[in-house]
Amino acid sequence: MSHTKTATLKAESITLAHRQFIVAENLSLSLPTGKVTAIVGPNGCGKSTLLNGLARIHAPREGSVLLDGKDIHRLPSKEVARKLALLPQDNTAPEGLTVADLVRFGRQPHQGWMTQWSKEDQQAINQAVLAADVADLSGRALDTLSGGQRQRAWIAMAVAQQTPLLLLDEPTSALDLGHQIEVFELIRALSRQGKTIAMVVHDLVNACRYADHMVAMKSGTIIEEGTPADIVTPELVKELYGVHCDLLQDPATGCPLLANLRPCNS
Amino acid sequence: MVILASLLNGAGPVSAIDVMAALMGAGTGEAFFVVTELRLPRTIIALITGLALGLAGAILQSMTRNPLAEPGLLGVSAGSGFAVALAILWGASTATITTMVAQLGALAGCALVIAATRVQGLGNDPVRLVLAGATLSSLLMALTSMLMLMDQRAADEIRFWITGSVAGKSLSMLWATLPFILVGLALIGILARPLAAMALGEKAAVGLGHHPGRIRFLITVTVALLVGSATALAGPLIFVGLVVPFIARAFSGPDIRKTLWLCVPIGPAVVLGADVVSRLIATPSEMPLGVVTALIGAPVLLAIVRAGRMPSL
Repeated sequence: MSHTKTATLKAESITLAHRQFIVAENLSLSLPTGKVTAIVGPNGCGKSTLLNGLARIHAPREGSVLLDGKDIHRLPSKEVARKLALLPQDNTAPEGLTVADLVRFGRQPHQGWMTQWSKEDQQAINQAVLAADVADLSGRALDTLSGGQRQRAWIAMAVAQQTPLLLLDEPTSALDLGHQIEVFELIRALSRQGKTIAMVVHDLVNACRYADHMVAMKSGTIIEEGTPADIVTPELVKELYGVHCDLLQDPATGCPLLANLRPCNS
Repeated sequence: MVILASLLNGAGPVSAIDVMAALMGAGTGEAFFVVTELRLPRTIIALITGLALGLAGAILQSMTRNPLAEPGLLGVSAGSGFAVALAILWGASTATITTMVAQLGALAGCALVIAATRVQGLGNDPVRLVLAGATLSSLLMALTSMLMLMDQRAADEIRFWITGSVAGKSLSMLWATLPFILVGLALIGILARPLAAMALGEKAAVGLGHHPGRIRFLITVTVALLVGSATALAGPLIFVGLVVPFIARAFSGPDIRKTLWLCVPIGPAVVLGADVVSRLIATPSEMPLGVVTALIGAPVLLAIVRAGRMPSL
């Protein structure tokens, strides 16, 4: 990656609400630079809301989200988009849009009203396409791709933004096992190149494997935070998901493995 | 080519040679009058109307993600028409007032449409939105008819205007609407890129540094400016905003920016072409332009709906 710049993102006691209903209260979180942070927790625990709060989609009712120490909602959105890229969950694409078309959108934050397509833009696109391994798909329409390929194309768009920060909302939610691994490997590779990444993940097993830092949420609060090896215990799993499990260590990678999952009442 | 056809054909016995001569600034008195006072203004007005309606349709469809979101079908034109009818009834006659009133009517109509797409369930079902729009349109048309019953003098003026026509319009109307159209075009120039990003989803657009709420508001204003101006010029013409982007999309693919560029030649060509047809189809008299656009547009609407699977924008 040509860019070595970094940026910090943190939430300072934010309260997030949908209309009257408070989803998450008094959350504080700081993303470790250059690491992959996974936000995990049961359905409805507020993990996606927290990610949207960090990405300035959702303005906090109280507290503030700080990008490089400045309130993200006071910064021009375009300036934020040069430091922070977002892969939302409910993205759509018009029929027939090609991978190349999509990736090009990633350059919008770097262009003015009048500026033409620059050499820099083209370089960023080429790098992004290579990083996400979608070079040979660039002429294909998104609706003709497999789920994993499509998700890699979206990640390529976010990479083309050349931001030090990348937030992903359930990047593997609709993918089968093979495609999940393919996307997680890409995310890990991006973090090795210096990006600070936060993602909401449904699957605790893959979160353990691919996250350097884990944030466990329940009912709108962060109950544990740390490396997966440190915080994932049978007690935590029981508290989060209401199931018993045994914990093993993956002989190959050393990360925690859940085994013998069973309901609490048996 | 269409421009030439428009100048060559129409009421008044003028030969092609006389038309050419008149354009060069020479020729007989009658030919000169027919060409410069009747056909030339009419041609220019048809071109501008087509441009405005085509672009308005394209941006409204892109924003509502609904290929059927046509200003004419959804009540934007009808709102504008009703407002103008009301103004005529109250005695307004100057071009400027009519134009302003048409813009306001269009703005109200457009705001209603956008609000409707935000209502749960309505926004993601193209056909239901059109039904809601058609209901609004019929209501406004009925109210317009009611106005016509109230005053004989106004009724004649409204009736002439309401069918949609570019005949017998003077260029003074054009000068009154041109500033609004130019503002509308400038706004489209600014909005094209964020509008394209909105097609990726609202959150993705925020991620790229855009402001969906602001974009939605400005698009509403732009559609109102363009449709209001077009309605003030030519009366409520339905289906133009449907047919023009439909043709443009067939060539441009999914990128709204390319679609908009293609609407620039296609819009004027469609309206002017329809106007030439309206002059020829029932010579020596004329068919109202609004009738011709409806005759062309209705099959296109049916084709889109019957395509089974609505193209997603």
